[in-house]
Amino acid sequence: MIFSTYPKALALAALVGAALASAAPARAQANDGASAGMPAMDHSRMEGMDHGHTDHGQHGMGHGQHGQTHDMDHGRHNGTHAPSVESRTPIPRLTDADRKAAFLDSAGHAVHDKMINSLFLVDRLEWQDARNGSALNWDFKGWIGGDIDRLWFSSEGERLGGSLHEAEIQALWGHSISPWWDLVGGVRHDFKPGSSQTWAAFGVQGLALYNFEASAIAFVGENGQTAARLKGEYDILITNRLILQPAAEVNFFGKNDEGRGIGRGLSSTEVGIRLRYEIRREFAPYLGVTWNRVYGKTADYARDHGESRGDTRFVVGVRMWF
Amino acid sequence: MQIKTSRRTFVTALAAGGVLGGLGLWRAPVWASTDPGAPHVLAGAEFDLVIGETPVNFTGNARTAMTVNGGIPGPLLRWKEGDTVTLRVRNKLRDATSIHWHGILLPANMDGVPGLSFHGIAPDGMYVYTFKVRQSGTYWYHSHSGFQEQSGVYGPLIIDPEDPEPFTYDRDYVVMLSDWTDEDPMRIMRKLKKQSDYYNYNKRTVGDFIRDVSEKGWRATIADRKMWAEMRMNPTDLADVSGHTYTYLLNGHAPDDGWTALFRPGERIRLRFINGSAMTYFDVRIPGLKMTVVAADGQNVAPVAVDEFRIAVAETYDVIVEPSGQDAYTIFAQSMDRTGFARGTLAVREGLQAGVPAPDPRPVLSMEDMGMDHGSAHGVDHGHLAGMEHGQAASGGTGDMQSHPASEENNPLVDMQTTTPVPKLDDPGIGLRNNGRRVLTYADLRSAFEDPDGREPGRTIELHLTGHMEKFAWSFDGIKFSDAKPVVLKYGERVRIVLVNDTMMTHPIHLHGMWSDLEDEHGNFLVRKHTVDMPPGSRRSYRVTADALGRWAYHCHLLYHMEAGMFREIRVEE
Repeated sequence: MIFSTYPKALALAALVGAALASAAPARAQANDGASAGMPAMDHSRMEGMDHGHTDHGQHGMGHGQHGQTHDMDHGRHNGTHAPSVESRTPIPRLTDADRKAAFLDSAGHAVHDKMINSLFLVDRLEWQDARNGSALNWDFKGWIGGDIDRLWFSSEGERLGGSLHEAEIQALWGHSISPWWDLVGGVRHDFKPGSSQTWAAFGVQGLALYNFEASAIAFVGENGQTAARLKGEYDILITNRLILQPAAEVNFFGKNDEGRGIGRGLSSTEVGIRLRYEIRREFAPYLGVTWNRVYGKTADYARDHGESRGDTRFVVGVRMWF
Repeated sequence: MQIKTSRRTFVTALAAGGVLGGLGLWRAPVWASTDPGAPHVLAGAEFDLVIGETPVNFTGNARTAMTVNGGIPGPLLRWKEGDTVTLRVRNKLRDATSIHWHGILLPANMDGVPGLSFHGIAPDGMYVYTFKVRQSGTYWYHSHSGFQEQSGVYGPLIIDPEDPEPFTYDRDYVVMLSDWTDEDPMRIMRKLKKQSDYYNYNKRTVGDFIRDVSEKGWRATIADRKMWAEMRMNPTDLADVSGHTYTYLLNGHAPDDGWTALFRPGERIRLRFINGSAMTYFDVRIPGLKMTVVAADGQNVAPVAVDEFRIAVAETYDVIVEPSGQDAYTIFAQSMDRTGFARGTLAVREGLQAGVPAPDPRPVLSMEDMGMDHGSAHGVDHGHLAGMEHGQAASGGTGDMQSHPASEENNPLVDMQTTTPVPKLDDPGIGLRNNGRRVLTYADLRSAFEDPDGREPGRTIELHLTGHMEKFAWSFDGIKFSDAKPVVLKYGERVRIVLVNDTMMTHPIHLHGMWSDLEDEHGNFLVRKHTVDMPPGSRRSYRVTADALGRWAYHCHLLYHMEAGMFREIRVEE
């Protein structure tokens, strides 16, 4: 079983994934003093709540402005009039004409709450000033579906020095398991490096914090290779149109694959920072810098091929969505 | 839309309106833009309305609107209490349409909600609405089909009372506020589904962070940013659709165009404010004038003098003003998120204008606004809760947490739950507190009549307003309309509906066919309404007498929230 053979990478991926996931529920903060403590929104913490109607009888709320009483107890109601049995305004006796007018034989009203929506995001389409020539790099992603279940698709890759260096596509089914996290599973296909290969993919993705998207996905390849990839990106608003986006990607592999220049364990990282200007929400050119680095055995393979461990690149590109 | 109130003048206007309607003058594009202030009144008991496409230009770009009788807004319909009215509505659109008479008591098959009341009006089809008018006051009408209301299918509706009103006035104007977009509303919906903060260009930036640090210190600023980040929410999220795409209209006039109503100094002017927007709350004031609110949602209230009021989507307020001392006054209606305003003028003659105030500073939501307790973290963790009981009540909290329906638990469509909601009836609202003006609150509203039912409700139905900002999914109790069962009421019963807002947005909740009798904190009858505003962090209750048999719509009147699923069928059965 692959899991037992290559536990380290997967365990690490799972660990980071779990760390991301555990950041999901907002935690109670016992802030002393004036700063507000935010009550947890985590639903699980609501379990065991008293669903009976609590007595909100106290007045004189500390905030001064809003006195409140929720008197759900009908018996203690203190209206201005004694409760009556009959409505003061007579309720008309129903006629057959009323009955005929009342119930339409129809499946009901339709709103747009089951609409199939979609997003196609060209997150990165950029020219990179690489050490050995220029590179064209892309990262596309998108989804189609409803609010809970969505088909996610993505592609990323790189043309380096005029030839395709890396290229992959993914198609994952995503299902929301909490307000902020989706479980995803599906397939990934690599065209490069080396000969093409196909992977099964599964993991989690979501919103770790406001403006902070994260994903942790594990892959099992057809040849017994395993891999894990962690990604995160965060939007920092310099203005409402000028947005600085730090992003990071970390790749792990289960075993050495010398043909593709991939070593076991932590293999590569890619850290970037991009400054985009949203001319429209849908269209934003950007400038940036990325730092790519390889580690361990992967670095050894790179050195054997006369390549360096790291590469700093200036990038120019455009972000678009439809 | 000036209508003198003497009976004789009214009858004349009525005849003129009828003639205009009969001649088909409704074909003229956007009535209001050519003849400022001119009324387009249809009065009487028989009406012919045509829903069709009309070229408009509110922004400098030619667009095609959907209109009633060619106008935005549609014609002012003037009915008389006690009459039986007949309205023949023809559809010249390519899609099915409908007209819903907002706030009107009528048989279910006259209510105009496709799939609940009737089958809609097919292209080239007609539906004849006919019913007895059992109420009076200021109302409105609009399409209940898809996004047609956003595209222009709405208009004002006045019902003159059988009995004299408890207030007097010399002139009578409708002030209908609305939001226009050059975009296809369906495209707006799709954009919101892709990026829910698409229209918010007022999010907090690095600059705001630096300013907050210098004003409040590192510790407080970091704590504040951390809370919002962990909630995955944005405190500047006050309107899902903003002035970035909307042009705010007053009686169909864009702000730089402007609508003018005339007065003579010393006259008492009745202004009938109607919020016919798809998504926009307005904060309304007339600098230099006190406004005496005399009716809310068409129902007379004990007069209350204010400087400003917030009008939720679909609400109406009638106010009386007595302009004197100035030749012109600005009717200023800024959107709640301060991204724009609608504007009109009260003047002694055409062509005059008064100064237009700058919009107020943009409000930023606080945890307290959202019904999140502050001052301590109690009520979060059950370990704490158990040890706390009611002992801490004196320190500022109730010590009791709001309970939530089981359907909200582990529900990916529920991104937030309020912990300590309060009625907030005396709260002017976000962005209106301590602004130096006397702002109307729900606590100021007292129906001019006693509780028309008088019975204590036999049971309580608690519903929570729920949603997910990022997914732009909206619901009651975490269940979207398509997945929900109808709420069933028994004919004749009196029920109490308790609403709890578990979102960070403000929702105007509208029940068709029956009144919503708002209660105060002690369960006393306050005011009769058709649309009840629910700010974030609020818990409000009202009574409903189920005196209308049939299938009724019950929904958030923010159009895109309704279409995203914040909707229920209420079924009144025998």
